[in-house]
Amino acid sequence: MNNLFQDANRQQISGRRRNDLIWRILFLGATLFGIVALSALIITIVTDGIARLNPDLFTNYPSRRASASGMKSAIVGSLYMLCLMAPISFVLGVGAAIYLEEYAPKNRFTRLIQLNISTLAGVPSIVYGILGLAIFVRTFGLERSLLSGALTMTLLVLPIIIVASQEAIRAVPRARRDASFALGATKWQTVSRSVLPSAISAIMTGVILALSRAIGETAPLIIIGAATYVAFLPESLFDTFTVMPIQIYNWIARPQEAFQDLAASGIIVLMIMLVIMNVAAIMLRNKYQKNI
Amino acid sequence: MNQQPPKSSARLDLTKGKTSIADKIMPVLLFLCASVSVLTTIGIVYTLLSETISFFRIVPIQEFFGSLKWSPLINPKSFGIWPLLSGTMLITIIAIIVAVPIGLASAIYLSEYASRRVRKIVKPILEVLAGVPTIVYGYFALTFITPIVRSIFPDTGVFNALSAGIVVGIMIIPMISSLSEDAMSAVPDSLRNGAYALGATRFEVATKIVVPAALSGIIASFVLAFSRAIGETMIVTVAAGSTPNLTANPLESIQTMTAYIVQVSMGDIPHGSVEYGTIFAVGMTLFVITLVLNMLAQYVSKRFREEY
Amino acid sequence: MSTTTEAPQVKETTKTVDFKTIIDIKDMDLYYGTYHALKKVNLTIPEKAVTAFIGPSGCGKSTLLRTLNRMNDMIPNTRIEGLVDIAGTDIYSNEVDVETLRKKVGMVFQQANPFPKSIYDNVAYGPRLHGIKNKAQLDEIVEQSLKQAALWNEVKDFLKRSAFSLSGGQQQRLCIARALAVNPEILLMDEATSALDPISTLKIEELTQELKNKYTIVMVTHNMHQAARISDQTVFFLNGEVVEFDQTDKLFSNPSDKRTEDYITGRFG
Repeated sequence: MNNLFQDANRQQISGRRRNDLIWRILFLGATLFGIVALSALIITIVTDGIARLNPDLFTNYPSRRASASGMKSAIVGSLYMLCLMAPISFVLGVGAAIYLEEYAPKNRFTRLIQLNISTLAGVPSIVYGILGLAIFVRTFGLERSLLSGALTMTLLVLPIIIVASQEAIRAVPRARRDASFALGATKWQTVSRSVLPSAISAIMTGVILALSRAIGETAPLIIIGAATYVAFLPESLFDTFTVMPIQIYNWIARPQEAFQDLAASGIIVLMIMLVIMNVAAIMLRNKYQKNI
Repeated sequence: MNQQPPKSSARLDLTKGKTSIADKIMPVLLFLCASVSVLTTIGIVYTLLSETISFFRIVPIQEFFGSLKWSPLINPKSFGIWPLLSGTMLITIIAIIVAVPIGLASAIYLSEYASRRVRKIVKPILEVLAGVPTIVYGYFALTFITPIVRSIFPDTGVFNALSAGIVVGIMIIPMISSLSEDAMSAVPDSLRNGAYALGATRFEVATKIVVPAALSGIIASFVLAFSRAIGETMIVTVAAGSTPNLTANPLESIQTMTAYIVQVSMGDIPHGSVEYGTIFAVGMTLFVITLVLNMLAQYVSKRFREEY
Repeated sequence: MSTTTEAPQVKETTKTVDFKTIIDIKDMDLYYGTYHALKKVNLTIPEKAVTAFIGPSGCGKSTLLRTLNRMNDMIPNTRIEGLVDIAGTDIYSNEVDVETLRKKVGMVFQQANPFPKSIYDNVAYGPRLHGIKNKAQLDEIVEQSLKQAALWNEVKDFLKRSAFSLSGGQQQRLCIARALAVNPEILLMDEATSALDPISTLKIEELTQELKNKYTIVMVTHNMHQAARISDQTVFFLNGEVVEFDQTDKLFSNPSDKRTEDYITGRFG
């Protein structure tokens, strides 16, 4: 009986166990790699950029001299973009999601729309820039304006917003709809007074995350021709504009080290803005979880 | 109760009133919202196709796919896509070499080894990597990775494929780790328990049971990450250079398809010129490649899903 | 449920046959796709009384309840043949406005399903749907409805609180108040007490006895003792058929069908 654990294979087993330990360490190392990379990125940016993070950055327009340069026009441009995009993409994205979840008949055409949306989510952002260039800038004659930029970015984030809103709407229990219908509500009354209020914070979470992606996007706006040097604030929808990532790109592309550091300061501002948006999204998500 | 009781005298007026305007109009409006996404696709395909066709009227398609030189902006002009394609592929291969082992290993660790608490902390941190704007990664590649690469290989230029490729790899790690981890977590515990009961170690369970069972999801994550790397723009624009270069040497400066499009857009090109046309021809090539990859990923994850 | 083999005790004060019919179902069949869920149903339901539907699960009792306010319309591929007449109107005729029907035929569900809104807004939801905007009028309706649902005294000081802060039994009574707020003629209750503790169940059972003075109540119950305790008429379902319906005391004491007798004496179900 005392031989039960005295297997002839003990050596083989201890070998396998050692093997297991080695791999475990490797897997852990790989997981830490991502965290280390993120830390290195943050440390690099903060050490490079902290010195130039002063009020001039927010109050000055870009300049030929790094020491006098700021990103006022870029920050304002980004905020304008956000204010323009948010309502358009919210209405279109949530509207599409409501249609697909509540109204669309279950047929081939609906499946096609659905497939189309998931495909669009995988299209590289630069292709949206090309679309914006051809449609908004040239065909609609909106030129390299704030409006062209906002519309292009709306198309870019729309698939993300639609998918997130669909999930939020799908998560609303059937019972909420039944309760409303049983009181004599019409379809639209049920959607607008019962389903949407239940789903709205999850929808907003998705919308904010999608908008934060748009705020960090550079390539599509370069393609449609957002200017890199703008020493004024846009006064109408049809003015040229710049945004933070483009200003940052412009500084990175300069050979002088002073501009590189300025780029790092700009990145800090951009990242802080993104952190604020993400924290807001997480807070909304937590609020939503209480509602289900 | 065989004798019929008398009918109630109560009467309900259930005749139809007017259907409210909202219930008539909203479905139409909502349908229009949904159709924007279809119009977007049609718009993308139409603009790319029509501009590419007119481009090929000037530059023969044989040259586009036959020539090995890409210099549309300087004389003598040459329009061979291969240097841009090879630049894109070089970056993508480096990125995949970085991201696949690290992403997959992280996924295995998170799904099979880590406690719930560790997973709850680590997974969002990795996902932050996916939310960092690409221009920030570009800065990181240029000012952090490139100096390291150059200290190891002193002959390397400031702009090189290796630094950009590594950082693109870092960017797509969370895509692979997150999607693979989802696929692995979906493997039922009964499968694992069967193997544990036979005396298998954790590593054996992970590699011989869980990974094979979740393979379709894992491969789909690779394909999606691959497609993402191909479409990545700002990292390569900032760090990989702007020299169309038919090379497999990662230490040289190259140019990807995306970086070329940015380069042309930064200049002031007249509408309708050949240079303007190149944006669409290159964009079309990029679009077709990523579209095929995305459809492949969807096919893989649908076709081989749920076999347990 | 207890495993007694005796027939459940029937309440003593059953009124004699002085009811008038408000719902009249004739030769009704219902199909879900190709599945024949209800077969040749013939049934009358008395006005201002409690009618209970009993039978084993899957027998079609909830399905029939949901035909009375056309909630089945929302399930795709549902087909109905025959006549469902409520107070002189064929409710499946083309002229009928489904929303008005549902306003007149209220419903309370198995799981309490308040909206994630305040207590007040839950009750005011229905009246607002139907166009009442006047604050004083809404206040009056909310108070009356909560009183009728025997909830007013418990919640009158925190009407602005979330409905989710209430207990399960209170939530279910809130749902009853919400249904009453649109002033229905008929109240459908789909196993409305099955998710509740015995004390909350008792409260709602008592409530039905109050409400039947004003409303016609049709309830589905999985508990035949409950049917015996509170209903005036009982309908027994089996496999999509109405086997038998009669005054509750008669059905439980002297069933005319062997299957009914087997069921109420606990031989199956």
